[in-house]
Amino acid sequence: MLKAKTHTGLVFFPAYDWAISATHPEREERLLYTQDQISEEGLLDVEGIDEFKAGVVDIEDVQRVHFCVPDARSVMTESHFISAGGAKTIGKAKMDGLVDRGFALVRPPGHHAMRVVHGGRGFCNVNNEAIMIEYLRKAYGIDRVAIIDTDCHHGDGTQDIYWHDPDTLFISMHQDGRTLFPGTGFNNETGGPTAAGTTLNIPLPPYTSEEGFLTVLEKAVLPILQEFKPDLIVNSAGQDNHFTDPLTNMNFSAKGYADLTARLKPDIAVLEGGYSIESALPYVNVGLILAMAGMDYSHVVEPEYSAERLRQGPSITATIEKTCQQVIDTWNDRQNIRIRMQENVIYAERNNTVFYDTDGFYETQHETLQVCRECSGVLKIDSSVERKMRVLAVHIPRKACENCRKTGYQWFEKTDMGPYDMILLQDRPEDQYRVRKQ
Amino acid sequence: MIIGLDVGGTHTDVVLVGENGLERRIKVPTDTSALFDAVFSGLEHITRDIDISQISHAVLSTTLTTNAIVQDKLPAVGMIVTCGPGIDPEYFRTCEQYYRVAGAMDHSGRQIVKLDEKAVEDAASRMREAGIEYVGVVGKFSIRNPTHEKRIREIISPMFEKVFLGHNVSGNFSFPRRITTAFLNASVYPLHKRFFEAVRQSLDKKGIQIPIYILKADGGTMDFETSIDFPGQSILSGPAASVMGSIGFAADDQETIVLDIGGTTTDMAVLINGVPVLAPYGIEIAEHKTLIRALHSYSVGLGGDSTVRVEHGHLFIGPDRTGPAMAYGGPEPTPTDALFVLGKAQNGDREKAEKGIEAIAQLLGISTAEAARRIFDQTCREILDSARQMVSLINSRPVYTVREALHGHRIKPTRLLVLGGPAPMFAENFTAISDYQVSVVPHWDVANAVGTALSRTTCEVTLFADTYKLEASAPEEMFVQALKPGFTMADATEMATELLEKKALREGASSGDLVTDVTEALEFNMVRDFRMIGKNIRIKVQVRPGLIGQYEKIIAQIKKQSRNGETPC
Ligand SMILES: [Zn+2]
Ligand SMILES: [Zn+2]
Ligand SMILES: [Zn+2]
Repeated sequence: MLKAKTHTGLVFFPAYDWAISATHPEREERLLYTQDQISEEGLLDVEGIDEFKAGVVDIEDVQRVHFCVPDARSVMTESHFISAGGAKTIGKAKMDGLVDRGFALVRPPGHHAMRVVHGGRGFCNVNNEAIMIEYLRKAYGIDRVAIIDTDCHHGDGTQDIYWHDPDTLFISMHQDGRTLFPGTGFNNETGGPTAAGTTLNIPLPPYTSEEGFLTVLEKAVLPILQEFKPDLIVNSAGQDNHFTDPLTNMNFSAKGYADLTARLKPDIAVLEGGYSIESALPYVNVGLILAMAGMDYSHVVEPEYSAERLRQGPSITATIEKTCQQVIDTWNDRQNIRIRMQENVIYAERNNTVFYDTDGFYETQHETLQVCRECSGVLKIDSSVERKMRVLAVHIPRKACENCRKTGYQWFEKTDMGPYDMILLQDRPEDQYRVRKQ
Repeated sequence: MIIGLDVGGTHTDVVLVGENGLERRIKVPTDTSALFDAVFSGLEHITRDIDISQISHAVLSTTLTTNAIVQDKLPAVGMIVTCGPGIDPEYFRTCEQYYRVAGAMDHSGRQIVKLDEKAVEDAASRMREAGIEYVGVVGKFSIRNPTHEKRIREIISPMFEKVFLGHNVSGNFSFPRRITTAFLNASVYPLHKRFFEAVRQSLDKKGIQIPIYILKADGGTMDFETSIDFPGQSILSGPAASVMGSIGFAADDQETIVLDIGGTTTDMAVLINGVPVLAPYGIEIAEHKTLIRALHSYSVGLGGDSTVRVEHGHLFIGPDRTGPAMAYGGPEPTPTDALFVLGKAQNGDREKAEKGIEAIAQLLGISTAEAARRIFDQTCREILDSARQMVSLINSRPVYTVREALHGHRIKPTRLLVLGGPAPMFAENFTAISDYQVSVVPHWDVANAVGTALSRTTCEVTLFADTYKLEASAPEEMFVQALKPGFTMADATEMATELLEKKALREGASSGDLVTDVTEALEFNMVRDFRMIGKNIRIKVQVRPGLIGQYEKIIAQIKKQSRNGETPC
């Protein structure tokens, strides 16, 4: 009898009736062969692997994380509610002790969705992991969370959401932003003045293979995790590093993904990208599920695999070793970095331009953080999309001090409505979302 | 007229139904070690002094294959399983003579590992040496491409009496379940064949030459010839018999829970508008998980003979049975004894029943009558709790489309149909303690045999169509056909339905009973290099489990008989 060593939950939501468009990579067919493979392997009959029906998230769950403009229903389709709902279902199953670990195999993905959402970018509209994590923080009182993003694209949405949160460690490994969408994720992007060092980026050269990914895990990710001591490890489990992926240029494999998962031991994995729907996804996902469940995955080999052909060159290895060292240095130096960034600064400001590739427009952001020594600081984002909307979004963080909370309410209530269509407020200590309109 | 025969654990029920409703009914004790006698004498008795030409056919539901599996009394069989990347099929080993040979297809039916024919020959000769006669052959993804399974049969069939191929036993995914299903078919084959050939011959000798049908776990029937090729489908037909026996009395616009209250267990199922809910994959029996289509039935260890005990001041009922009720000479008090104390049951030793319940009453510090009421109430409540659990289990089945996730139907049964020995007493109490509309199935104690008699022939067909490869295939049907460009879902539905109707008629259906459903219809644009190249269509069609055309007339008569209190004997 086949038995899981670790009790593992699965939510499978392939959204067989939803696509961005008929020939888009994010289409109905994407997880079809994956489901065929999982069913045929009989994984759902394994003792200790349980399938759960994907739930649906509430508007409140979305508003805890995002400022949707003009509102959640306008930027989300029904499928987004279920995809995020699938992540929430698996998070609850883990926290309720129904399973030891869980994997939400859901689509559409979410790691490119930032705090302010005007539309779709990088196939993502809302951030499934963040919605799940903030729900779990509220419902179960967990505090420290680590998100390890192993998608081939930089998880810029997740990075944006947790840029100022010192209790969320976000590490993204991805193909170098100079060669791939969204063009960010360099190792000098390390978080805001109150949270520097809990955002870490590990850009990898094209054609990185098993050896490179496992080096990153062993030399950077695992030591940092061990020090950070998270209550929960979440893996944004994109699968587009596979050597057959049509959108990227990496040389990772199914067995490599399984090895990585077995060593990372995430509590919860959530599927992100991965568009080699016949040659990669069926095998990567079977490998991942077996690895999550602590089972033997050594026979999971995709038909086109050849270790010889995929081996990375010595210059790639050298680059990766160097990057890992830089990341470790940043991590070790994080307190000093924070002190330097906070010196003589009352308001830390940043300007961002965000491109919504799915919908084809630009958003400009001016972000202001009130630097605080008591908490991570209250945040406001002045966000506008030309000829569409301009909003002011105020975020009072989960552990805000009284002073920052007051500032937040002042910004929300006293700011002149004049230039804005809406002023929005996330009051996380009170778990409230408020809207001011003209 | 039709004969229905249902072998149960203690009794075998035989009925003759016809224009006048229930024409004749008998119960004979079941001796598990002499199943043939029960079946044969049942059939002989029910046809005594009846004009055989008036009997169209007989449908039999037996525990033959079920018992053999549960008691692990199966002959040694052989398995050849092809082996490629993925989980090692060694984990799915079903028997000693189990051979893995190289050979593999991928999820789209492309060969990724060539079949090792030499290894097949070696495995075959070793099985021969071990005296094996029946063999199952299964490949991963054989339902997408059965070439390896067919080639293996070609190589080995001269050496064995019967070979079962995985892709023939089901069109559904799950390699391990396909292995188990082929294995069970091979294992019960000789027993099933010998048994029913003996029944056939003995009936012929007596001049009772009527066609024989076998009840399946999905509540449908198959003719005798079909059952020889798919003997595994006869496994666990028992629960289906009682569900089918209640269908005729369920409203066709309501959701109903069927409760069959037996001695050891209560078996439950759900009817949606008179149609039974099917199990998601297939039957599970002993340690075997299969792809054998079955009604969704749920069994809980609560029945008339469940042992009643008090522990730490709390009352516990079941899940075990130590013997019959004390009123019938059993060792421990039971809910049936409570019914005696309450004056709701007769024809047993009331004094012994009272003695048993009195002991319980003392432990609880209440009167004997009060204890009897509490035992009976708690039994009823626990049965209803289990029924609600079953409903929530059905409602929490995963779904894979936005439409089903957000707008899918959630069942909320409002009616209970009760059958089995103590049905009327339980029904009365269910009414008192719940909001369900409760009714008792007429002739509740032989309803299972009536259901067996009136079930229609069912079957299922899975069709895959690929408009890029321009090919359609139905694995169970050994059907492959080239397609013309422009093939649509509508064409696929027509093609699958045609195959289904042919199959149903071949397996003994009458043309008036071909009520078909599309149970799954998925259509995907296949895009390669950002260009649409074709459609991937998957469709499943079934003959819906239900009753044969004549049933309405017969059921109407049975209802009338029951109203008039007529009980034929
Ligand atoms: Zn990443
Ligand atoms: Zn990606
Ligand atoms: Zn503060």
